[in-house]
Amino acid sequence: MTLKVGIPRALLYYYYLPLWRTFFEALGLEVVISRPTTKTILDAGLQNSGDDVCLPVRLAFGHVLDLKDRVDVLFLPRLVSIARREYICPKFLGFPDMVRHGISGLPPLIDPNLNLYRKDSPYPFFVALGRNFTSNRLAIYLAYRRAMHAQVRYVQLLERGLFPEQALALLYQGVAEGQESGGGGPTVAVIGHPYNIYDPYISMNLLSRLARSGVRVCSADNLPETLIREQAARLPKHLFWSLGQRMIGAAWHYLQSPDVDGIIHVASFACGPDSLTGELISREVRRRGKPFLNLTLDEHSAEAGVVTRLEAFLDMMERRQFLPVRESV
Amino acid sequence: MKVTFPHMGHMWICLSAMLEYLGVEVVVPPPSSKRTLTLGARHAPEFACLPLKLNLGNFMEASELGADTILMAGGCGPCRFGYYAQVEHAILEDLGYKYRLVVMEPPQKHVGELLSKIKYITGHSSWWEVVRGIRFGYQKARMVDELERQANYLRPREIHRGSTDKAFKRALQEIIAAKHPRDLPQAGERVRKIMAQVVIKPRPVLRVGIVGEIFTLLEPFANYDLERRLGYLGVETDRSIYLSEWINDHLFLGLVRGLRSRKEACQAAPPYLNHFVGGHGQETVGSTVMYAKQGYDGVIQLLPFTCMPEIVAHSVLPRLSTELGIPTLTITVDEQSGEAGLVTRLEAFIDLLARKKGVV
Ligand code: SF4
Repeated sequence: MTLKVGIPRALLYYYYLPLWRTFFEALGLEVVISRPTTKTILDAGLQNSGDDVCLPVRLAFGHVLDLKDRVDVLFLPRLVSIARREYICPKFLGFPDMVRHGISGLPPLIDPNLNLYRKDSPYPFFVALGRNFTSNRLAIYLAYRRAMHAQVRYVQLLERGLFPEQALALLYQGVAEGQESGGGGPTVAVIGHPYNIYDPYISMNLLSRLARSGVRVCSADNLPETLIREQAARLPKHLFWSLGQRMIGAAWHYLQSPDVDGIIHVASFACGPDSLTGELISREVRRRGKPFLNLTLDEHSAEAGVVTRLEAFLDMMERRQFLPVRESV
Repeated sequence: MKVTFPHMGHMWICLSAMLEYLGVEVVVPPPSSKRTLTLGARHAPEFACLPLKLNLGNFMEASELGADTILMAGGCGPCRFGYYAQVEHAILEDLGYKYRLVVMEPPQKHVGELLSKIKYITGHSSWWEVVRGIRFGYQKARMVDELERQANYLRPREIHRGSTDKAFKRALQEIIAAKHPRDLPQAGERVRKIMAQVVIKPRPVLRVGIVGEIFTLLEPFANYDLERRLGYLGVETDRSIYLSEWINDHLFLGLVRGLRSRKEACQAAPPYLNHFVGGHGQETVGSTVMYAKQGYDGVIQLLPFTCMPEIVAHSVLPRLSTELGIPTLTITVDEQSGEAGLVTRLEAFIDLLARKKGVV
């Protein structure tokens, strides 16, 4: 019987699924992904985590619970650092412990540290990960190679303009449900953590809602990494959060880009990094005068409220099209 | 150049000592107050943590007194503190303040990096002078810490309510007044005499450890004077971090031997928290374990609303508390938290500890 590895559809799932999934499958394991977010999943997460914890992490608890009784082991890597001299967020560093001590009756957790703070190669991480399942170094190496390859393909798809769900569908089901591009409509950049903007339940279908109103949408993940880093390097000090780098770099880029008509910043309620990166972004936007909407999501966000604000924003953008662009001060 | 810096408890005493010894003109911001917080909170991002809001308020108030240069510590994450200075500076600039910013990043490798930053501010001081200045400031930090420890011991045992605090204030003045390293021994002697005058009587007291985020631990304005309050409730407190320990760990890279260090606390954290999480999150968990093992009656965790490392720590405390049988209370502070609610929770917690221990 093949061993079932559970991967929660939460946190950096949207960045790394092809990497993890290909690696496990190449080692002959069966990958089980938690179901798309529903109210049930979210409620379970809320009940099992403290109320000072941010929504994305509480939601991740829900996805862990969704997998708990359906898998043999749970894959919850401790994502310490995914780039040199950078971290993600303290909560990613503590996540496996938060889960372990917050939920009872869990299957074994596989939680090796991924720490590229001082290193460049993630290979040692994969060796440690693979050792849980096989002692065959060669098999691990080959699985690693395939996983990296799949990841590169995935990133290429994103950079061609796809969003994670579309790219994943293309990779795994071979279907290319193209993005409904807003023909002739305005272009809006959506800036936010992947687990906020790409989870349709949490974002209240933000992306498809925009697309349906004829808006062309882009995000940080459609930009090449090098471009993002170049932009973020304009900050007075190297920003030590990888997700923050992406958000700031992308925001800076889209602010200067004449093809982008407005920017939506999506933040989690009480998110630590967002409180600072959001501040830097909105200050820069104000200087440059592009239409800007700041959406803060929490478990109480009402869909109606979000829709109203979105409509007001789109209206404002439409009106702005006829006005001369304000010079940056 | 008139240098100011944010408040964090009594830190201003040792910072001013060092800078003034080196001939730098210092503007100490007025003590953090409701006004400081209102000013800061008005212009800070909503979900920034309380320390950032107070820092900002401190700078605005110091500017009214003529300060033109900010001296601040930095950091390399993952806690937000490492990016405070830059965000605060951007906010101040947009408000029209003309501040120069000097950030002392924690030395990555050796103390020399720190020395050169300080040398930069002081301009022409010699290396030797800079070293002496740092040493002077550090010695004051040690003395203040020692004084705080004594006060925490005396308060629950004093016979005349308030006598410890009166003595404490006088003793603190002695430390502040010393302008030169050579004055310190006599100042120390006077401090000892002042504190010896507090009359106490032996009585059973509860012992509570206070853990959590460094700023809220050290700044009485942010923690509603927690140690004093507890003292009056008949509780002897110990704090998981004192200023001199923090300086030693973060700026001197643990060069001073024989001090309690963060390493120890971190090593005590597993299996509850197996990895550092930034800030003092792992120390919070480890210190709680250590307090449990040392037979303390309870632990109080202090954190600013939205503080990420402490939220991680908080998540694992319930199980730790059950398994090691140590009651814990978590207090979150922000500009909205009210004193009344805090007092009720505190009293209920202390009641619980007293009943558990059988001292009422
Ligand atoms: S970055 Fe913000 S939303 Fe993400 S885990 Fe950290 S606090 Fe939560």
